[in-house]
Amino acid sequence: MTAADWSAIRLTAELAAVTTVLLLVLGTPVAWWLARTRSRSKPVWAALVAMPLVLPPSVLGFYLLLLMGPQGPVGQLTQALGIGRLPFTFAGLVVASVLYSMPFVVQPLQQAFEAVPERALEAAATLRAGPWDRFFTVALPLARPGFITASVLGFAHTVGEFGVVLMMGGNIPGQTRVMSVAIYDHVEAAEYADAHRLAAAMVAFALTVLVTLYWVKRPRGADAGAAR
Amino acid sequence: MKKMTWRLAMLLACVLPTVANAGEVSVAVAANFSGPMAKLAEGFRASSGHTLKLTSGATGRFYSQILAGAPFDVLLAADDDTPRRLVNEGHAVAGTQFTYAVGQLVLWSALPGVVDEQGAVLKTARYKHLAIANPKLAPYGRAAQETLAAQGAGEAVAGRIVTAESIAQAFQFVVSGNAEIGFVALSQVKVPGKPVQGSYWLVPPSLHGEIRQDAVLLKRAKGSAAAQALLAYLRSADAKALIQGYGYR
Repeated sequence: MTAADWSAIRLTAELAAVTTVLLLVLGTPVAWWLARTRSRSKPVWAALVAMPLVLPPSVLGFYLLLLMGPQGPVGQLTQALGIGRLPFTFAGLVVASVLYSMPFVVQPLQQAFEAVPERALEAAATLRAGPWDRFFTVALPLARPGFITASVLGFAHTVGEFGVVLMMGGNIPGQTRVMSVAIYDHVEAAEYADAHRLAAAMVAFALTVLVTLYWVKRPRGADAGAAR
Repeated sequence: MKKMTWRLAMLLACVLPTVANAGEVSVAVAANFSGPMAKLAEGFRASSGHTLKLTSGATGRFYSQILAGAPFDVLLAADDDTPRRLVNEGHAVAGTQFTYAVGQLVLWSALPGVVDEQGAVLKTARYKHLAIANPKLAPYGRAAQETLAAQGAGEAVAGRIVTAESIAQAFQFVVSGNAEIGFVALSQVKVPGKPVQGSYWLVPPSLHGEIRQDAVLLKRAKGSAAAQALLAYLRSADAKALIQGYGYR
């Protein structure tokens, strides 16, 4: 591994970790609402969450480039807030990854919350537990396998993310050149030995993650299905 | 309806002599030339009766695909190196390689008044990001790098370069305003008969190696009259004029 390879690996891990944490924080209330709501607009919101599964990643990246650009609404907002512009920055990749990996985190959480028995929550309510209390002491522990699935899938999916990053990252070493882009560069430039090295690291990582996931989920046999 | 049939019959009668041996040529064309090629295809069909199946993409990827047996008859590359390699490795027909277009590099901004006509903007603080295509992958990227070196602007631009995977992506970075300036192909910003939007510096060809775009006949089309006709057509005066109108030399 060269220094550049290590930098790409470190950056990828950072991006995936930050994205996963953000998605868990943002995705939990969304998933809870989707699981519990009786609103007639639920299918619309569920569809919006699943949207990133539909658009080709590089197309999604292109639209993000337009949205975050100086003329785009998001770009104008970030500039007005004094943040500057998001494309070609690590922060921009985080925003893109949060959007792109959203279904992989929200859907397992939603399924886990849907599996929480209504009666358990009612029992807690009769014992005078408030809504927050009910959520943190009853729903959350019961939905734990869903959180493990969501974290692993969100993390792994962000690691493998390519099209979006390629479109709005600008391939800057140490800032936006993640593993997938580094591998792609090596392949396109016919530097196959370098590509093989990084690709092997990625495959080893993915195997480790997925084996761990299935091993953790093994004793329960719970079927908190993945977003596939 | 009857009128239509008549017209079609008349049309067919006109082109029948050529239709008798009309063929279909599948062409792999470098992304930067896909616009002009679509126009050329019309002219070619009108003059020869042969139709073209165009696939546009990155030259490097075409190279890998041709090695893997992709069904292309003709390659219109973005460089002169790939066709040469294909000939040397026996995937293309020796003696059929020629330069169909010479690319012109421009330093371009989507806004007027940003890029001056000497490219002096490179050494100023008037921009945050300069987009260039990856020099390892794209001939225009290499030319951009050579230009920066020739201008002695290497230090001035350090830390402000964003690398695009292709010249098409470099254009997207600049057209969306995310990079204030960028090295792109003149053919990307020039529409025949219209002034260029924004501001640009036409980089003197002396500052970088010539961006020769070569065509070559691939092995599987060795006996194809239609493919040979296409190569001949690309050398015709009509085709040359059209290609120059799109910002190539």
